[in-house]
Amino acid sequence: MALKMVKGSIDRMFDKNLQDLVRGIRNHKEDEAKYISQCIDEIKQELKQDNIAVKANAVCKLTYLQMLGYDISWAAFNIIEVMSASKFTFKRIGYLAASQCFHEGTDVIMLTTNQIRKDLSSPNQYDTGVALTGLSCFVTPDLARDLANDIMTLMSHTKPYIRKKAVLIMYKVFLKYPESLRPAFPRLKEKLEDPDPGVQSAAVNVICELARRNPKNYLSLAPLFFKLMTSSTNNWVLIKIIKLFGALTPLEPRLGKKLIEPLTNLIHSHSQHRDLTGICASVSVLISLSSGMPNHSASIQLCVQKLRILIEDSDQNLKYLGLLAMSKILKTHPKSVQSHKDLILQCLDDKDESIRLRALDLLYGMVSKKNLMEIVKKLMIHVDKAEGTTYRDELLTKIIDICSQSNYQYITNFEWYISILVELTRLEGTRHGHLIAAQMLDVAIRVKAIRRFAVSQMAMLLDNAHLIASNAQRNGICEVLYAAAWICGEFSEHLEEANQTLEAMLRPKVTTLPGHIQAVYVQNMVKLYASILQQKEQAGEKEAAQEITQLMIERLPQFVQSADLEVQERASCILQLIKYIQKLQIKEVPVAEEVIALFAGELNPVAPKAQKKVPVPEGLDLDAWINEPPSDSESEDEKPKTIFHEEEQRHSRHRQPEIDEEELARRREARKQEQANNPFYIKSSPSPQKRYQDTPGVEHIPVVQIDLSVPLKVPGMPMSDQYVKLEEERRHKQKLEKDKKKKKQKKEKRGKHHRHNSLHTESEEDIAPAHHVDIITEEMPENALPSDEDDKDPNDPYKALDIDLDKPLADSEKLPVQRHRNVETLKSPDSEVPLVEKKSKKPKKKEKKHKDKERDKGKKKEKEKKVVEEEEEEKKVILQDLHYFSSCCYLLLSLVCCLGTVQTAESIPITSFLNLTYDIQGNLQNDSQVTVSVIFENKSTSFLKSMELNVLDSLNTKMLRPEGSSVHDGIPVPFQLPPGISNEAQFVFTLQSIVMAQKLKGTLSFIVKNDEGSTHEKLDFKLHFSCASYLITTPCYSDAFAKLLESGDLHMSSIKVDGISISFQHLLAKICFHHHFSVVERVDSCASMYSRSIQGHHVCLLVKKGENSVSIDGKCNDSTLLSNLLDEMKETLSKC
Amino acid sequence: MNEGQLRQQTWKIHFILLFSRQGKLRLQKWYTTLPDKEKKKIIREIVQIILSRNQKTSSFVDWKDLKLVYKRYASLYFCCAIEDQDNELLTLEVVHRYVELLDRYFGNVCELDIIFNFEKAYFILDEFIIGGEVQETSKKTAVKAIEESDMLQETVEEYMNKPAF
Repeated sequence: MALKMVKGSIDRMFDKNLQDLVRGIRNHKEDEAKYISQCIDEIKQELKQDNIAVKANAVCKLTYLQMLGYDISWAAFNIIEVMSASKFTFKRIGYLAASQCFHEGTDVIMLTTNQIRKDLSSPNQYDTGVALTGLSCFVTPDLARDLANDIMTLMSHTKPYIRKKAVLIMYKVFLKYPESLRPAFPRLKEKLEDPDPGVQSAAVNVICELARRNPKNYLSLAPLFFKLMTSSTNNWVLIKIIKLFGALTPLEPRLGKKLIEPLTNLIHSHSQHRDLTGICASVSVLISLSSGMPNHSASIQLCVQKLRILIEDSDQNLKYLGLLAMSKILKTHPKSVQSHKDLILQCLDDKDESIRLRALDLLYGMVSKKNLMEIVKKLMIHVDKAEGTTYRDELLTKIIDICSQSNYQYITNFEWYISILVELTRLEGTRHGHLIAAQMLDVAIRVKAIRRFAVSQMAMLLDNAHLIASNAQRNGICEVLYAAAWICGEFSEHLEEANQTLEAMLRPKVTTLPGHIQAVYVQNMVKLYASILQQKEQAGEKEAAQEITQLMIERLPQFVQSADLEVQERASCILQLIKYIQKLQIKEVPVAEEVIALFAGELNPVAPKAQKKVPVPEGLDLDAWINEPPSDSESEDEKPKTIFHEEEQRHSRHRQPEIDEEELARRREARKQEQANNPFYIKSSPSPQKRYQDTPGVEHIPVVQIDLSVPLKVPGMPMSDQYVKLEEERRHKQKLEKDKKKKKQKKEKRGKHHRHNSLHTESEEDIAPAHHVDIITEEMPENALPSDEDDKDPNDPYKALDIDLDKPLADSEKLPVQRHRNVETLKSPDSEVPLVEKKSKKPKKKEKKHKDKERDKGKKKEKEKKVVEEEEEEKKVILQDLHYFSSCCYLLLSLVCCLGTVQTAESIPITSFLNLTYDIQGNLQNDSQVTVSVIFENKSTSFLKSMELNVLDSLNTKMLRPEGSSVHDGIPVPFQLPPGISNEAQFVFTLQSIVMAQKLKGTLSFIVKNDEGSTHEKLDFKLHFSCASYLITTPCYSDAFAKLLESGDLHMSSIKVDGISISFQHLLAKICFHHHFSVVERVDSCASMYSRSIQGHHVCLLVKKGENSVSIDGKCNDSTLLSNLLDEMKETLSKC
Repeated sequence: MNEGQLRQQTWKIHFILLFSRQGKLRLQKWYTTLPDKEKKKIIREIVQIILSRNQKTSSFVDWKDLKLVYKRYASLYFCCAIEDQDNELLTLEVVHRYVELLDRYFGNVCELDIIFNFEKAYFILDEFIIGGEVQETSKKTAVKAIEESDMLQETVEEYMNKPAF
């Protein structure tokens, strides 16, 4: 065992630490992957060792690799080991690794429960803190359930640091384990009035977050928040509260009235600041105003004004935010935004895509009948100009959104719209072909008057299909062929050149299209064929009819060979049918009537939600098994669902198990109902119209006939621009006519219910559509349930938190407490704890004395004193912890191996009062002491006195204090400082090891005295003990130097620094000055230097200067000291 | 106001990325759980989007249903993903505050500080933001907490270099 330990220690010295790893990766740019896999192998070896420090080091490296994108999930168990280390150093690393790579699916996570619980109840607040932070990243429902009670207890911890974290984590716990909300809520509410602002803001955060999801449960807190809002000065908290009110006001209108005044005040006060936070806050105020209080036009006016200023600003961020806020106002006050159309159209030309997209959003809400064509025209120009497919796709969707919004409310001319859609098909590389297709289908089905025009356009598309489908990259757009084929087939009676279209659909090129499109082609060419057949038969052209049949028989086999099952099936079925028709034709039997009957019947659009809205008939239990569920082995026989394309799935019927007569009858009825409502269902009955009249659902379709001017027809490929011109003329004419007649024109109402609610100006409503337009509303089942429930997402995690918080708590709801665990940790204190308490008594006494003194003076304000005292108290508490920790594990103060500490004289940060400069000198007489000279410079106009300097000692480095004083006592500075005066004091530090640079933290407390009285102030600083400060400039003769080098007991190391421009002379001076060296010998651009540390290490350097670079070879008794010294030197030189 | 609008008002950071001008990732912190593969894909995508943007453009990019708020400090990009309707400026402020914290801690922070002390950068972030929510709005308190817990920590490196026997 002992041998193993020793071996471990030896191995450890050769391990790479994190810095080495990072450096290594940077040095192996070419073969990074190889290097890293080598490192991972090393890490795996390190993880196998018993030494926890080695493991922690390995995990730390793994965390870095994880960030670079390497999988480290295999080390999950090792991470847990490191998490459970007793030393904070390792624990911290363990939790960091866990928070980076654990997730709900990590199976070892359940092993952590007890460890986390132990850490949560640790007497050290940072242990608790680190556990809470980690937990926030990987909390699972199980962890949440098991630890909810512990975290809830922590919400009342004595330290605000823990309370604050606990409150925030509680929100995560609520999400994972909603049952904890009710028991924890009273305590959470308490925290809103916590004395610590940090805890308060955390509680506000959590409650706002909760309330925003389910505002009605939190209405009772409104007065409390109101108080907070008027009293709080913290912008972050303020913004939260305002947002919360935004959510509450719709539920409680009285609240809105109350809020107006303070909110308006806020805006005014914030717009006076020009800083980002101020604007930020006011923007968010504006936004909540607009969404919270829809009826307050004065404040809206104020908002829009301010926003215009933001949008006109040259700062892109403000412009963006202005547009964003504008779009929020647009939702409630479209008119006030519409007046800024010019500005928003300007933004479409902005270089920044984000801004253009925002402007597009706004346009969506700004269109009216009057400006739709103009806006879309602008957008089409942008489509042509746009670079980058994302933005172009966004434009395309926006155009479609804008046009189709609220049931095509703003479209006055559907021919124009169809031609816009056709123009859009010419876009290259768009992903939104299906969107265009859906629009074409929708318009063609629902606007009867447009069908003739639509069909002619679609026929043209089919004819030019090679343009659309030619490029493989453009296959997104070939979706439109789906629509085109269907429209041409379904409305073939409007087709003028049906033969030509059929011909186009039978081209061999078609077989390269995606399967689902081919399937639609096949189905629709039969429809087309049927209508041609009927035409020819009626005209008595038997030969032509036979010719067309022959064409079908010749061309269809190419589809029968298709790889796509659906296409194959349809094609072979139809081929057989047509062969049969051919036989009949040869026998001269008229067949057209029967063929056309296959496709007879009108199609009605069905509302997307219709199926869900069909009420479940009384007595029908959909969840009950009809037959016993099949065994597992049978289920394999089931057809996999994905064989057919989704589009076709509707047709496939699941095979039903046998059922009794009654059930069958009921189903038949249900099926009939469904068939009547399904537009894709091909009716088999020869007289479907009659059936339709029987179905009550269809009668209720509100079809409104609008009877106005004649449709305009534009020959050839449509150009939407032409429509714009024509439309203008038409409107002008209309206006003239109206003026002549001076009659009150009947306002036509189309789609009644849409109109009733819309707020339109008179002039808009007067623009009449150019068409006979029947917009058929989508069908709903006759007794649909009028509910909006289906709008809610059942998977919404926040829904679970919709819990009534005012109900008294039931016993069953109490959080699970694992009692024996808690008792155990509480009642078995570590052996070190009493020691801490003993120690802590002393400072307290002292504090009291201090307090008494202050009171005697009676000069200070009561309040001020309290704050200072509290701070001091807190500090003492921390020191207690620290002490506890230092006796548990031997603790060293943070030793920061910082490279940037080489300057001899360093400035410690300045407060307005004092500037400290210090210099560290080695002491020749004593090999373990250094003297720090500090220059105190009073920069204020006040008198500084009672200065006391204290440093937190580390194990290695300690401040030398007068005998009898404890490590917590500071050393008084032996002078006072009048304004503008500086003075120097010296402090002696003892140290053990000098091979590493160190950083010590310290505090200077002092009293500032001026005319208004005196205040107690503190200044925190850090002392950097660089390695150079342990060196003493010692002259050395060249022969002694040579002997030293020859002796052979020196370690060797070297560095090279590039980009040096200063002279060699200057360079040597720098090294001598900053690093306490002396020159032994200099030959040309080469010099040897020497120095000695206070502990007698010899340091020899050979400095060589090349062109623009310097290389330094060093030799020293101690390799660590040498490498640190060289690193420091490198830092100094690289600054040259 | 309907539920949809309510949901839009959340204020939660989904993830934070730090990367260099060369597209090298320096820090990633996720507040939503995603499979590693997905994360990698997202990172690649976002780094590409942001690096391709002009310097003079705004700090906001719409990305899927989230919004990216980013800012460049010297050679490093700091990028936060927030929900669509969140407060962008506030997030920018969060980013800035984080940079200030780093600056205070490291003293004139540079990319190398973050590369070589990446765990410290994480610790600072954890003191500032927890579970996607800002936990500490006071710079002083946050830095204090970090420095105090640093004092409890002897660096691993020191431990490694200490004579073992």
